[in-house]
Amino acid sequence: MLKFLFKGLVRDRSRSLFPILTVFIGVALTVFLYSYLNGFVSDMIKSSAHYNSGHVRIMTKAYSQESNQSPNDLAIIGIDTLIQDVEKSYPDMIWTPRIKFGGLIDIPDKNGETRIQGPVSGMAVDLFSRESPERKFLNLDESLIKGRIPEKPNEILIADDFARRLKVAPGDTATLLSSTMYGSMVMTNFVIAGTIHFGIAALDRGAIITDISDIQKSLDMNNAAGEILGFFKDDNFHSDKAYGIRNSFNEKYKNSEDEFAPIMGALPEESGLSDYMGLIDIASFVIIGIFIFAMAIVLWNAGLMGSLRRYGEMGVRLAVGEEKGHIYRTLILESIMIGIVGSFLGTLFGLIPSYLMEIYGLDLSFLFEKSSVMITGVLHADVTYETYLIGFIPGILATVLGTSIAGIGIYKRETAQLFKELEA
Amino acid sequence: MSNSFLIKTEKLYKKFPMGPTVLVALDNINITINKGEFLGLVGPSGSGKTTLLNIIGSLDSPTQGSVEVLGNKIETLSHQDAAKLRNNHIGFIFQTFNLLPVYTVYENVEFPLLLQDIETAKRKELVMQALEWVGLADRKDSKPSQLSGGQSQRVAIARAVVKKPELVLADEPTANLDAKNSHNIMETMVKLNEELDTTFIFATHDEKVMKYLKRKITLNDGYIQRDENISLNNQ
Repeated sequence: MLKFLFKGLVRDRSRSLFPILTVFIGVALTVFLYSYLNGFVSDMIKSSAHYNSGHVRIMTKAYSQESNQSPNDLAIIGIDTLIQDVEKSYPDMIWTPRIKFGGLIDIPDKNGETRIQGPVSGMAVDLFSRESPERKFLNLDESLIKGRIPEKPNEILIADDFARRLKVAPGDTATLLSSTMYGSMVMTNFVIAGTIHFGIAALDRGAIITDISDIQKSLDMNNAAGEILGFFKDDNFHSDKAYGIRNSFNEKYKNSEDEFAPIMGALPEESGLSDYMGLIDIASFVIIGIFIFAMAIVLWNAGLMGSLRRYGEMGVRLAVGEEKGHIYRTLILESIMIGIVGSFLGTLFGLIPSYLMEIYGLDLSFLFEKSSVMITGVLHADVTYETYLIGFIPGILATVLGTSIAGIGIYKRETAQLFKELEA
Repeated sequence: MSNSFLIKTEKLYKKFPMGPTVLVALDNINITINKGEFLGLVGPSGSGKTTLLNIIGSLDSPTQGSVEVLGNKIETLSHQDAAKLRNNHIGFIFQTFNLLPVYTVYENVEFPLLLQDIETAKRKELVMQALEWVGLADRKDSKPSQLSGGQSQRVAIARAVVKKPELVLADEPTANLDAKNSHNIMETMVKLNEELDTTFIFATHDEKVMKYLKRKITLNDGYIQRDENISLNNQ
């Protein structure tokens, strides 16, 4: 019987082609949107981890209360010991210190007088150690527009957009006006080694990157850092492991009254990502729901039209002794076959743009020029194991739902009425 | 004694509500049909021929009265039991052939056997045998659209008799055929009636069919006007 039904579907294109096309389009869009959303989340997590909070982050308790203001007067002191400690306790992680700082950057003219100034947000990272992961995490080599990566003390990288606004180039001098860890004003001269494009509007507007030793010296932060970031070695965020490490680390200091005692936070809570991730889960659910609903409506109508066209066939089948329930079940079976074929083709064609977007990305940074959110302007898709299967849910569910509703019309119709329509 | 007849109707009524009034399609029908009969329900349009054929074929149920077909009370049959009765014991032939257009001749004839879960080899044997009966074995791979009207109706006959039913119900089987094809079709059915002892009941007002009938029940406005055995006149 299955073979018989399959032959009918293959030979009667009006019965199969339109529903398959509908499922195909719906599933392809679902697969693409799903992988795009996955990519969006993945990019958001990576950006937040690399530029902001790591997969886990150690701060002092006091710093953590006001971490959005980067209060370096509340920084961790004695980071060498602490890093050795966490490296020993959590060998699966890479640990790296960072100092975030703010200030003014002053560009002198040829006489040494101020030519232009601008507010700057800075990030001091370990650029010089051979084992440092920062060049990779911050994607510095690929993001370099002009000049080179700093190789000597007192060299900085500056955001390319910012550099153009300040009309500076590699080799020019820039003076940072900021305050030390102890509140004194400080001015430090740097040489611009290169310009980079972060791809994150908030950073491209006015950020600099320096080696951490320069800033420790400049801001009087000897063996201190605002934060120590921990990254999983595969650079993927593992929620359960991250929270496990956080809990185990914080357990050691839970009884400490010292406001400078270290405390660890995990990425979602540190970046406020947990709400976004929850929203995106809901968005995925809604998108799939919309596709199921829309496709079911279209396929219901297609099923009704097909059923009207097939009244003659139904009448014959009833006359030769096929039971109404069996006819209804074969219609559902046909819809499952259509759902599988449409979902397979839709998944295949949905994966093509998803893969291309995963590899090459889509540069929409012009849309985020004014954004202060830590989000990359180059959107990537992310194809996961679920992507291969996700399309089958709306694909099969919608065809079965559409056919079930349409088929009720046949099921409810009296046998003799069908028989009359057969003769009509 | 109930098994000595194939079909028996007693005080059979079929009424259709038509707005405020009721149309009496069948009015106190009492007939008995025995195995092997070659019988025609004749009469003008609207006389109740097709309604009676549908009730005998368990496609419809009576409003009142009793209909017994092959030991089954039609008025009490569930949908499932009615389907089983049709599947195992009754074949239908239609005026417009009603072959499934996307399937081949072979597949159209095979379809009733698929519902009976008969194994492939046996199915093939029965289908080819039925196609031999109607002289279309060489057209088994053709599609209905490639057949003439007469050939299509012969395929429909093969489909009706492939499961060797006790009863074949034919509603105006020659209405869409020319004289020559009508004659061939009727000859085929007479042959099957004689060789397989299958009971044939026709609903018709075609004179070409009537001359082959051995019994003729004339209906008029839903009641039996005349029930005559004409086999002797036909010889």
